[in-house]
Amino acid sequence: MGLTAVFGTGAGTISYEDFHRSDFILLVGANVAEAHPIIFHHIMKGVHNGAELIVVDPRKTITAQKAQEHLQIAIGSDIALANAMAHVIIRDGLYHKEFVEKATAGFEEYAQSVKEWTPQKASTIAGVSAERIESLAHRYAAAPSAIIGWTLGITEHHNAVDNVLALINLALLCGQVGRPGAGLSPFRGQNNVQGGGDMGALPNRLPGFQDVLDPEVREKFSRAWGVPIAEQPGWDQTKMFEAMENGRMRGLYIIGENPVQSEANSEHVRHLFEGLDALVVQDIFLTSTAEMADVVLPARVSFAESEGTYTNSERRVQRVKPARQAPGQAQDDLWILASLARKMGHNWPVLSAKEVFDEMRVLTVNYRGMTYDRLEQEHGLQWPVPKEGHPGTKVLHERLWSEHVSPKAPFHPVPYSPQIEQVSKEYPFLLTTGRKLAFYNTGVQSNVYHHPRKSGEYLEINPEDAKRLAIQEGERVAVISRRGRVEVRTRLSDTLQAGTVFMTFHFPDEVMTNLLTIDATDPKSGTAEFKAAAVRLERLATKSAETDLTQTFLHQG
Amino acid sequence: MATSVTLKVDGDSVTLPQGTTLREACEKADHPVPTLCWHENLTPANACRACVVEVKGSRTLVASCSRVAEDGMEVWTNTERVQNARKVVAELLLSTSDATLAPDLKDLAQASGASAERFRGGATWEQPVRVDNELYVRDLSKCILCYRCVEACGADWQNTFAIQVSGRGFDAHIDAGFGRELAESDCVFCGNCVAVCPTGALIGKTEWDLRNQGAWDEERISTTTTICSYCGVGCELKLHVLDNKIVKVTSPMDNPVSHGMLCVKGRYGYEFVQSEETLVPNS
Repeated sequence: MGLTAVFGTGAGTISYEDFHRSDFILLVGANVAEAHPIIFHHIMKGVHNGAELIVVDPRKTITAQKAQEHLQIAIGSDIALANAMAHVIIRDGLYHKEFVEKATAGFEEYAQSVKEWTPQKASTIAGVSAERIESLAHRYAAAPSAIIGWTLGITEHHNAVDNVLALINLALLCGQVGRPGAGLSPFRGQNNVQGGGDMGALPNRLPGFQDVLDPEVREKFSRAWGVPIAEQPGWDQTKMFEAMENGRMRGLYIIGENPVQSEANSEHVRHLFEGLDALVVQDIFLTSTAEMADVVLPARVSFAESEGTYTNSERRVQRVKPARQAPGQAQDDLWILASLARKMGHNWPVLSAKEVFDEMRVLTVNYRGMTYDRLEQEHGLQWPVPKEGHPGTKVLHERLWSEHVSPKAPFHPVPYSPQIEQVSKEYPFLLTTGRKLAFYNTGVQSNVYHHPRKSGEYLEINPEDAKRLAIQEGERVAVISRRGRVEVRTRLSDTLQAGTVFMTFHFPDEVMTNLLTIDATDPKSGTAEFKAAAVRLERLATKSAETDLTQTFLHQG
Repeated sequence: MATSVTLKVDGDSVTLPQGTTLREACEKADHPVPTLCWHENLTPANACRACVVEVKGSRTLVASCSRVAEDGMEVWTNTERVQNARKVVAELLLSTSDATLAPDLKDLAQASGASAERFRGGATWEQPVRVDNELYVRDLSKCILCYRCVEACGADWQNTFAIQVSGRGFDAHIDAGFGRELAESDCVFCGNCVAVCPTGALIGKTEWDLRNQGAWDEERISTTTTICSYCGVGCELKLHVLDNKIVKVTSPMDNPVSHGMLCVKGRYGYEFVQSEETLVPNS
């Protein structure tokens, strides 16, 4: 959303190989070594070639341990840090004046907005020294080429889009975008998040990020599809949940998601689904969500049993092909959708994935030059590929470096807003969630293979906190938020700062982490604040000891 | 500084960009040299000496995998001295290691006229197979100490540094630190070491089991390239399927995203596809 607002396209601006040739790699809220291991290979190539790697993360992740410098900021303080960096860069005259003048808009307003963000002010919020913030700002601005990469540590907050915009502002300020080795790179959490966006699976976009509010766009698609295109954007997930809540939305059709376990405040999600007249789930497994459904449609495994394409985090569109026969009556998603439409009285032919792709090429400039043959022969292609014979695009927005830039890339001043839930006497810890290398999301895929360290779920806690609460390594404790309670084993870990605890949501059948998380969502993106929920810990102690222990549990900070 | 160099390989003149290795120069000149430890995506380890060539003016034979071509060099790839060196390399390795699953070593032996009998009866690297997890097996009797696994685990790709060569001389062997089982080591089970192993010393557990049962039949295994379904990196997978079951996952070495490397989920996390928990039981 942030990238779309500034550049018109919601995609990473660089290619993985740009990490090899960059001078400065700044990762914010991204544990790439565990969540995107093969991108981390590319990042480390850059490091071995001499790039400086800086990681900003509230946890000392495996990624942070590989970096030359780790800024262990407080959860949710990213905007304070970014605004203070901008403050320093402008104050010291280190910004790229020519680029700002020629290629950007709104600099004055932006400069005004960061004036109050002295490194000292940011330091009190982020918990890292003003000197380190100044130094980071100087090095980012001075680097011949720099990349900022981020992932869910930035976007799983109630102000996700503002977080992204704060980072984009820095790149605009220093001209660190639209050049080889310089750019902005969101690492997509799921394999086809980018492809879903490319295809217009967004409430306000048609394929190729074409704006549904643009009458010419609507006209083009109406003509191609023979139906009128709604003038108003659809609902995002937050609005759909609201509509279920107030009874406006009575039916839901879910394809390949397990929201009952993956969404924040999952008990509430379950409650909303129970209130629906009809719930249809299309999946390869009888997930917890599918168990609630009125109708379950058995699907084929996309990457191994059906045809199509995925788009990755460097805009590379790649072919997916069936390698095995699907079991029983499982069908392609495409077949199921077309068959449903026919049952509803529409005359949809059953097209092959290639035929659908070719139709989309006609309607979408980004994809126009791609053919299934080329995708096969060239290990995929990076959009935009405006015509056949076009080699694909490694670096986006090179136009920003031309003599006359139109449209210009606008700065978006962003205010700092702390996480919705603050720690309190009653809930003295901040719970943040994330991934582990060997497992994935709610475990539907990853809990089936025989990993030698199938650890299950545990709560990571700073050893000092554990000591104060008399919690032993491996001890089971109750974790309680305003929304729910789970019991889980603990593991002492100095990767966390005092006052912070960490869990994954990979083992929901064992520990339902998302009973705890908060469904405070970003109004612009609809993403929930998975990264910050206030919780308290209780030992599962005998009744007689309880009164005494309650006192001990209160976090002193 | 000149940007290209011209040299002679077996008498044929060839011009190449500066920085090209002799191995590549020989290939370009159509006089390819055999290799064992060299791998297209790894830093040369100079371990095996199979790729040695003679360079005019050089006292010793030169490892072509890592020696950079220089202007005016004269290189000979097939002299008696070179042939003899290759032959002895192959004979020594055959005397110590089990080459059953080592096609490159077998090719080298055949091309150089090496005899497995020549040094038979001496010490070998035979040792028990280490099966300590369900993802991959270490059969170090097959190891030729090419260092490819160490390079892939280290700075070349994975940056995990879980394995190294331990011991000296004939006792040198690949180890995950203090002889530990893999689950106790720093290994993250990406299997990138397995992907580059040229001898089957590192081998997927499923493949190892099927081979032991006599059920691994290359003729009946189909391969399909597709894309991983986990995170958003988009690694290309090659699914090896036997009797409608995925039995191995590799990644093409020439793929610009993965360069043949995968993470543990991509390489081994495929069981869900053929799990009995799938929504529709096999009919």
